[in-house]
Amino acid sequence: MIEVENLRVRFGRGKGAVEAVRGLSFAVKERETFGLVGESGSGKSTVLRALCGLVRDFEGTIRVASEAQRRTRTDEFHRLVQMVFQDPFGSLHPRHTVDRILGEPIAIQRLGNADLRIARALFEVGLGPSFRFRYPHQLSGGQRQRVSIARALIVEPRILLLDEPTSALDVSVQAEILNLLMRLRRERALTTILVSHNLAVVGHLCDRLLVMNAGRAVEEMTAEDLRTGAPREEYTQALLRASEGYRRL
Amino acid sequence: MTSPLLTVEGLRVSFPTRTRVVEAVRGIGFTVGREKVGLVGESGSGKSMTGRAIVGLVPPPGKVTAGRLMLGDVDVLRASARKMREVRGRRVSMVLQDPRFSLNPVLTVGAQIAESYRAHERVPRAKARDRALEMLRAVRIRDPERVHDAYPHELSGGMGQRVMIAMMLAPDPDLLIADEPTSALDATVQMQVLAILDDLVTRRGMGLLFISHDLRLVGAFCDRVLVMYGGRIVETLAATDLERAAHPYTRGLLAALPSLGRAGEPLPVLERDPAWLEDQR
Repeated sequence: MIEVENLRVRFGRGKGAVEAVRGLSFAVKERETFGLVGESGSGKSTVLRALCGLVRDFEGTIRVASEAQRRTRTDEFHRLVQMVFQDPFGSLHPRHTVDRILGEPIAIQRLGNADLRIARALFEVGLGPSFRFRYPHQLSGGQRQRVSIARALIVEPRILLLDEPTSALDVSVQAEILNLLMRLRRERALTTILVSHNLAVVGHLCDRLLVMNAGRAVEEMTAEDLRTGAPREEYTQALLRASEGYRRL
Repeated sequence: MTSPLLTVEGLRVSFPTRTRVVEAVRGIGFTVGREKVGLVGESGSGKSMTGRAIVGLVPPPGKVTAGRLMLGDVDVLRASARKMREVRGRRVSMVLQDPRFSLNPVLTVGAQIAESYRAHERVPRAKARDRALEMLRAVRIRDPERVHDAYPHELSGGMGQRVMIAMMLAPDPDLLIADEPTSALDATVQMQVLAILDDLVTRRGMGLLFISHDLRLVGAFCDRVLVMYGGRIVETLAATDLERAAHPYTRGLLAALPSLGRAGEPLPVLERDPAWLEDQR
């Protein structure tokens, strides 16, 4: 479904140039959930932004549904691929109602039948019709993230890109959103890429994962390998130890 | 551990708004001695406001009332502003969450550490510089000379947080309040910063009030854990008894964490009981 070969992304030019992604390759099969794990600055979010077309200048090959992608993406592409961002406080327009936020992708994709689609999308993410004409500031963080998910799913994409979808949320709300994502993924037969710094979240949701550091792949493994605690690379082991909590030396 | 470093009884923090009074902290009591106490809760539970009330830095129009709010023998609510300036730094210091927003961007790191030290000790500049370098070494910064002359934006998040800890420790306080000191940091860096805190607190025999949303982290790091919900302390536990928590809120929080052991299963969702907000006394 998604193939990335030797991806390179560079920001800036000349001496100040930063190479955020330095030759990364991976493939995600249909209906699979793939995790990208790494610490800040590892380039994991940049990979996702290059995939969905927000980062236009990249080298290497990105193939989505067997089609090689270039600088600009078509409307059909965005019908196929949607993204949910980290910060539900920053990713929704503060002066648009939920109705308008959800109506926009329908208008862009000329899907029609907006009224019914919006009502259904809200229902699917567990928000009642009473939320439809509220503004983002009238919603809690978890409710906002539900709206973001509804916004992404309203065009019925087959691929969902998730950039740290729960790291701005409280643990009790995180559990609700993770459950929601697992249910939607099953019902909609979604292919998903999840970017996170939290190994427990990635291990919970993903089938396979790729650990990144400084723009490069450290190691690719199955979630099963992670559970049985058998990462080969030292870097992954350090991440795993840190995610298990503080230990007195 | 004869007299506690901090005594809190019946602490309330409220904010009047146009339509009603919002109570952020609704009558809590606890003491901190020379130990590590964790104060845990989710957003809006009042944990940060508790920390701010102790150092007398609740932003207006917030109102603080308490039966007793004592730092050692100083009554925080009755102390003059001048007295409080003396108390902050000497008796108590507070490390804030995000080094990017909490350090002064136009002053060098060294100048900021020296400032906090010179606010309490009349010492010549050269001596303050030595002290700043010593503090930077204490938080295990490898190249203290370089960091001393650097500006905050030139440092990574982990370094910035260590600088903030160094600054707060320079006047040698009895009690350190750390409000989410590691939440903005990567997991591996988080562990390094915690190890430094642990070390300093143990070696200097200080008290630590560690405010966090991360119950597991606090359970592993602290000696005692206070769980806050809706402006109240709903449960107090020894950290080793965390798995035996009795309150449904604490149990719900623990269960809601994804773990590698039961991947793929739906996570138990926390059902909030309105009764948790009611008075228990």
